[in-house]
Amino acid sequence: MQVYIRSSGNISPQHSLEKDLFFAHREMQDGNRWHAVEPEYSRYVDSKMIRRMSRIVRMGVAASKACLDEAEVRMPSGIVTGTAYGCLEDTGIFLRRMIDNQEELLTPTAFIQSTHNTVGAQIALLLKCHGYNNTIVHRGFSFENALMDAMLLLREGMDNVLAGAIDEITEDSHAILSRFGLYIPAIDNPEITAKTHKGSVAGEGASFFLLSSQEIHGARAILRGISTIYKPESLAGVESRIHAFLKESSVLSDGIGLVLSGANGDGDHDEIDNYLSATAFRNKTIVPFKQLCGEYPTASGFALWLAVLLISEQKTPDWLPNVSFPLRNILIHNHYDNNHHALYLISAC
Amino acid sequence: MNPPVFVAGLGVVSAIGLDAAACLHSFETEEAGMADIKILHTRQRGKLPVAEVKLSNEALAELTGLSSGMPRTALLSALAAREALADAGIFNFKDLRAGFISANTVGGMDKTEDFFESFMMNAAAGKLRDVVYHECGSITEIVADHLGINHFISTVSTACSSSANAVFTGARMIRHGLLDLALVGGADALTRFTLNGFNTLMILDKSFCKPFDEHRQGLNLGEGAGYLVLVSEEIMNRLNKSAYCRIAGYSNANDAYHQTASSPGGTGSFLAMKNALENSGLVPGDIDYINLHGTGTNNNDIAEGTAIKLLFDPVYPKMSSTKSFTGHTLGASGGMEAVFSALAIRHGIIYPNLRFETPMKELPFTPVTKFLNHQRVKHVISNSFGFGGNCTSLVFSAS
Repeated sequence: MQVYIRSSGNISPQHSLEKDLFFAHREMQDGNRWHAVEPEYSRYVDSKMIRRMSRIVRMGVAASKACLDEAEVRMPSGIVTGTAYGCLEDTGIFLRRMIDNQEELLTPTAFIQSTHNTVGAQIALLLKCHGYNNTIVHRGFSFENALMDAMLLLREGMDNVLAGAIDEITEDSHAILSRFGLYIPAIDNPEITAKTHKGSVAGEGASFFLLSSQEIHGARAILRGISTIYKPESLAGVESRIHAFLKESSVLSDGIGLVLSGANGDGDHDEIDNYLSATAFRNKTIVPFKQLCGEYPTASGFALWLAVLLISEQKTPDWLPNVSFPLRNILIHNHYDNNHHALYLISAC
Repeated sequence: MNPPVFVAGLGVVSAIGLDAAACLHSFETEEAGMADIKILHTRQRGKLPVAEVKLSNEALAELTGLSSGMPRTALLSALAAREALADAGIFNFKDLRAGFISANTVGGMDKTEDFFESFMMNAAAGKLRDVVYHECGSITEIVADHLGINHFISTVSTACSSSANAVFTGARMIRHGLLDLALVGGADALTRFTLNGFNTLMILDKSFCKPFDEHRQGLNLGEGAGYLVLVSEEIMNRLNKSAYCRIAGYSNANDAYHQTASSPGGTGSFLAMKNALENSGLVPGDIDYINLHGTGTNNNDIAEGTAIKLLFDPVYPKMSSTKSFTGHTLGASGGMEAVFSALAIRHGIIYPNLRFETPMKELPFTPVTKFLNHQRVKHVISNSFGFGGNCTSLVFSAS
């Protein structure tokens, strides 16, 4: 089924919360940990509340508020949130204290804020939204399965469902994931996909969308469909799923004006991306979006935000050339470690 | 009209039994699963009772065929999931669009705790294999890969209502024609993280819990897993067995009151139950049994009780909290209690609410205190309410 994206709100290592800033300037960060560009939160949330919120909750609440404000909708009917890692900062705080203090003299705040549904719950609490509320925590499918849940709600007759995803990097998570070899040890160029590395760059961010089943005036884009592939058996298997996905969506491959690819610069990771650029995406304009947001399990939220922006504005920043207009259809192909593949088809309204 | 969704099989592991038959026996003999801590390595041993599954990780690994180095939650999950599939007579997923939708609250936290002990002393120390399953989704994938399900997999985490949301997600996907079969439920093992976390909230009873009693002192934590095999009508007809029941309806609402506390009026609980009834096409008088969320905390039981009063007054169905047997198993509880609800319909039984003595002064009803046989149990509501105001009610009906 297709749904309408009425609005979006995004916090990422780019200036994605403010369109003008995003078009004007590409943020280039040093090192292999790209921090989200955080806004002046008091523009989105009451200052007293902000102080009590952890960083991931602030990012989630601000991105969701920006999304609702853009559509001028005060109250969504339902809220679905995806997160692979959940509230790592508070989890780490409670875990460290528990070990340091040998399970004595602990306080509840960090534990309370550590549960995976904290962001979704805080959004509901601030809005006083008693509607449907769910949190999906499935690694590289966290955002996709949250979107799918939202699309089912729309099919069941609900309108204005807020769906999004969020993940944060912390000192601990970056240190641990670095030991798994996920990140380029010494990085000389933020164009991470320009050459092949061992590892990629850590990213983080919050992406929220307001979805509707009806075409509402001012809707920004149409989400024609999403599809996921778990642990594909072969490169060719992914290629044939892409053809099947486009066929189901009744869009010819020729009609795809842009592919946003999840290549992240890691040689092993990008094997499939290189294969696809020579097969399914041959002669297509391909933009690897992770050179803007870094790698994290819900990075596809950033890709969808970027797709919605390009297709609704019908223009691209000067620093992101090679995208041609008019642009009717964008295909996103993301994958996380070749285990979780996701396809999205976005069309102009 | 919504296409029906049938419960074709079930599996459960808890402190009162390693499978459904053993749990039923404990219910009948009124043997609770709480005891002093024997398996979890914690300094809270001897101070707090918990409801542990009385098997080591090595023994669970032997039963499931998984490695004993896996997080305990994955071992519990695999045991109950395998029972559910065998019970349904599903031995492969050929020609089936099968989904595995599972819930948990802290993923492989038991292993992460071990890792952090070393990692905190030296950032280059700690075995990476202990932290590789930290994510909640990893638990689901260990078990999905073990069972051979890959068409659709997902993990839900909404604190104590997690697996109830997993159950209805599968039911909805079948209703929408997206899946033929959904293995749904959840698992959670006890960890030091959760035990100490709940302890800081001062809602753990130092004795065995007394849900819905005027003098209740809090909850006991437990561990376990519970799964249902949900199928479409077409698959049910193919299975050559009778269904336990149907999933008649469900609802998810948010209390939007406080991160951990329920609103005194039980707004979220009321909305979840009321909307689940509407979704089922039933009225309050149709319900024969409520499997209460009934944690035994002061706050939950008054909020849930007030919501029940508002919805059902003046005629109340029979009700009880099976957490008086299993403890509160957090992300597993909705799945386990869905299993108990289906068994109540199949066998015409009502479970006792152990240790209930004094009615709550605010409520005009009391839970069932003895195991009851030969009951008319056609429609059951199962409640699961959690932190973050996440409230879910499921309705099961005789098929």
